[in-house]
Amino acid sequence: MYLLGFLLVFPAIVAFALLVLKDDAVRSHIVKAAAVLISLATIAFLVDNFHDEFRFYNLGIKSIDTGMFVVEVLLAAYIFYLSLKFKRRMVTLLVVVQTAAMIMLRVTYGNSIVVANDFFVDKLSIVMALIVGILGSAIGLYSIGYMRDYHKAHSDVRDRRGFFFFIIFVFLSAMFGLVLSNNLLWIFFFWEITTLSSFFLIGYSRTEEATWNAFCALEYNLWGGIAFILAIYYSYSFFRIAELDRLMLMGGMGGLIPVALICFAGITKSAQYPFSKWLLGAMVAPTPVSALLHSSTMVKAGVYIILRFAMVLDNLAIGYVVAAIGGLTFLIGSAIAVSQHDAKKVLAYSTIANLGLIVLCGGIGTYEAMWAAILLIVFHAVTKCLLFLCVGVVDSEMHTRDIEDMTSLITRMPRVSVMMQIGMAGMFLAPFGMLISKWAVIKALVDSNPILLLFVVFGGSATVFYWVKWMGKMIMVVEPERDVEIGVGGEMWIPLYTLTVLTVLFVGFLPLLSKFLIVPYIIEIYDRTITMSHGNIFIMLVMMGLILAFPLAVINYGKGARIVSPYICGANAEGGVAFTGAFGRKREMEMKDYYIDRYFGEALLSRVGFDASFVLILAMFVLAVL
Amino acid sequence: MKAFTKSPWVIHYDGSSCNGCDIEVLACLTPLYDVERLGIINMGNPKHADVLLITGSINGENVSVVKTIYDQMPNPKVVVAIGICATSGGIFGECYNVSGGVDLVIPVDVYVPGCAARPESIIDGIVKALSVLEEKRKGGCDD
Amino acid sequence: MKVFLAISLYIVLAPVIGGILSGLDRIFSARLQGRVGPPVFQPFYDVAKLLSKETVVVRRSQGLYILYYLIFVMFAGGLFFAGRNLLIVVFALTLADVFLVLGAHKASSSYSFIGAQRELIQIMSYEPALLFTAIGMYLVTGSFYVSEMASFGRPIIVYLPAMFLAFIYVQAIKFRKSPFDLSTSHHAHQELVKGVTTEFSGKTLAMIEIAHWYETVLVLGIVYLFFGFNAWLAAAVALCEFFAIVMIDNVIARARLEFTFFSSWIVALIFGMGNIIVLSGLSKMGLI
Repeated sequence: MYLLGFLLVFPAIVAFALLVLKDDAVRSHIVKAAAVLISLATIAFLVDNFHDEFRFYNLGIKSIDTGMFVVEVLLAAYIFYLSLKFKRRMVTLLVVVQTAAMIMLRVTYGNSIVVANDFFVDKLSIVMALIVGILGSAIGLYSIGYMRDYHKAHSDVRDRRGFFFFIIFVFLSAMFGLVLSNNLLWIFFFWEITTLSSFFLIGYSRTEEATWNAFCALEYNLWGGIAFILAIYYSYSFFRIAELDRLMLMGGMGGLIPVALICFAGITKSAQYPFSKWLLGAMVAPTPVSALLHSSTMVKAGVYIILRFAMVLDNLAIGYVVAAIGGLTFLIGSAIAVSQHDAKKVLAYSTIANLGLIVLCGGIGTYEAMWAAILLIVFHAVTKCLLFLCVGVVDSEMHTRDIEDMTSLITRMPRVSVMMQIGMAGMFLAPFGMLISKWAVIKALVDSNPILLLFVVFGGSATVFYWVKWMGKMIMVVEPERDVEIGVGGEMWIPLYTLTVLTVLFVGFLPLLSKFLIVPYIIEIYDRTITMSHGNIFIMLVMMGLILAFPLAVINYGKGARIVSPYICGANAEGGVAFTGAFGRKREMEMKDYYIDRYFGEALLSRVGFDASFVLILAMFVLAVL
Repeated sequence: MKAFTKSPWVIHYDGSSCNGCDIEVLACLTPLYDVERLGIINMGNPKHADVLLITGSINGENVSVVKTIYDQMPNPKVVVAIGICATSGGIFGECYNVSGGVDLVIPVDVYVPGCAARPESIIDGIVKALSVLEEKRKGGCDD
Repeated sequence: MKVFLAISLYIVLAPVIGGILSGLDRIFSARLQGRVGPPVFQPFYDVAKLLSKETVVVRRSQGLYILYYLIFVMFAGGLFFAGRNLLIVVFALTLADVFLVLGAHKASSSYSFIGAQRELIQIMSYEPALLFTAIGMYLVTGSFYVSEMASFGRPIIVYLPAMFLAFIYVQAIKFRKSPFDLSTSHHAHQELVKGVTTEFSGKTLAMIEIAHWYETVLVLGIVYLFFGFNAWLAAAVALCEFFAIVMIDNVIARARLEFTFFSSWIVALIFGMGNIIVLSGLSKMGLI
């Protein structure tokens, strides 16, 4: 109980402290200490709750509800003011509708809403809390150095670092609240806080583009917020249910409308098509923000809420529609990533795609799919966090995010590029986590609905293409260049090393992770589970051993070979990749990746994705009402 | 080892030939002569080749190219100069832009004179080169 | 014990079979062109020669990637013939191919770079059909394990006729045969030189060749599975199918890159996915 309270309240206290204390050194010490404490607290939380299937906690303090309500209304008023100021009519409208629904709920039922248990802790909450706590802290730690460099490089952006760290820690606090609460009204409160936090973080630089994209994120997430409050309204007015666990247990018995509304909210928040635009726009923010939104917080809240209702969706038409939206997002997201130059955009599309895969699992809702989905959440969070932080380092040292400029990164930033390669391998290669999850997804789909395999198989093939061409770019050496890695600060290395080690270790720890955290949860819900056979675990470990031997072997390999210049029809010119052209002129060459715009172009595929998913969303509501 | 002489992969470089010898070299690959019987394959790539066939003479433009290609071939390797131009510069030898035969730039192991060299003599030259190749292998890599 | 025997047999015999098939391929192609062709053991002479030649490199570590390519192809094949999970086999094969592509990138040469990019598009092209094959076999036999697919007893081809076509279509990519020999090819050595293999020589090139033999046997093993109910028939079909692909190699011009990619996805979609949909539909209706 105390630990739970600590996780909720401590980040908030730190946040306010950071808002008040302006000194740079003090701030960095506080962030460091807070990061360590929060990580330790989440681990302690895991140990504390390890042996119980689930636990309920109840505070029984009614004034918290009132407090939350007041905060919500005040924030809504502020957003209302901002939307008028920036002339975003849609946002104004949505805020008004949402606040009206909130006030209606309050006026109609007010204090009569009685909630048996405020908090609900099971293995899924613990997994989520671990992700939020450890990765969130790592990102906080990384931000200290990154933001210092960021403001050096962007002198036009006003230094509001105090506010930045304030929002980061408020975000963490809200995420803990979201994954641990059982009271739907509280979940909604935390849900809105995450929406607003990301709004402020995306708009941090206050440029025109950043403001525009921040409002875009806000608008899309407000749609989700409205769906969420309507779901609460509906379930309370018809069934007198305002708790997550009771709503889950009721399942489809009382009609599917609340479930469909909550899934819709989850879809907006996890940036599925047709709502994926906001996550791409969020790329204008400083890189730690992207890392935070993509890996551990925000979007994971969306899939979390869908997974909570996964067992309800099992074998329902509406479940298959949700799965189809996820699958479509996976396919389109992976395909568009092929045509992107911008490193952060590739990562963004890859995030959207992988979230699609998780939503797909949630929609299928069988025990196999659930197992795969939780694995995907964990692996994706760790690996994507690593990749974003690496791209952030490259960006701040080389001032480029273009993949084409990352040629020879292996000589320019050796350590970072090795980490990036581990991260990328972690995203799609056997025997790393994501591939094991994808394998489980395939298995789950074959057993329930083979047609959805379409998305996974084709999307997965595109995934291989865009990662490997990027990896290849980095390991090429076209000319010796100086090492520019020296400028990277010490506190940035700690999270990078931690995440790299975690990515590798997870392959070994997968059986343990599965056995102690995922399987108990699956059994609790479905009464049965899957386990990986020992043979397959052994095979994966052998592959991992071979791959780990690679960097060791690379140091000594090829000592005896004679080094010659690359083949350019014999017309090699001195220095770099160049050849001697007519009249003895030296001509430089550039090697550029294939992007296949014609089939994978962003404009074309986004439109297809938007239209198709729009129809699917409509179908979802029609099916829910019927 | 016998395998060495059973699998000579050749690369064909046209220095400044009139194309007569080039056509005869390629004629060796046709069904009539079918050098693949002897395991000979025409590679476009010095890094895969064992035998460098050069037609035409050396001039200022191609000196560095011939040197680079020769350098990029893995040891042991042999060079066959095909046609009289590659052997000594031939009738173009006195031209203002022609330096002379291939042996001005890289060591040549077998000379196949002729204008143009006939496919039979080209094949014969390559087979002769194979015994040189075998000797080089036994003697360890030179160069 | 039986598993170890199977793996050792594969490790020892696959290069022999692959090499002989490659030799027969060259004779067959030569005859189609009105030539006599090399001796049947020519591929072994080639590899023996390559092994005793010097290795020249552009970047020292490029050969290590190829070593890993060979190891993982052997690993994938070993898993297959040990009767393990077919999905893992496909994933291991992808991993192997990724190492080949990375090696070609590492060589940092323009020709191997283009070859590598083309190879990547080829990976993207063949993977759906390969995965659909594994999935289709699971739907028929109820297991992803090769051992259970092989001992299924009934002819899998009857359930997966369209899938077989989709599989053959992408097999040309795996065998590096025309029309899909874009990244590197056994013929036309002047075109983009040798693609992915351009910068590899000596022992490293020998490794690529040996890996290709292992891969050939592995892919033919999957063909065998379709007819696994009768060993002799299956072997005969695998052999015939191999020569059919050699025949196609000789009579068809090379396809363009976009066509390669687009057509193999369409084929995988229509024949592969179509077969799966029909199959699961029929089994839902209780007809199978």
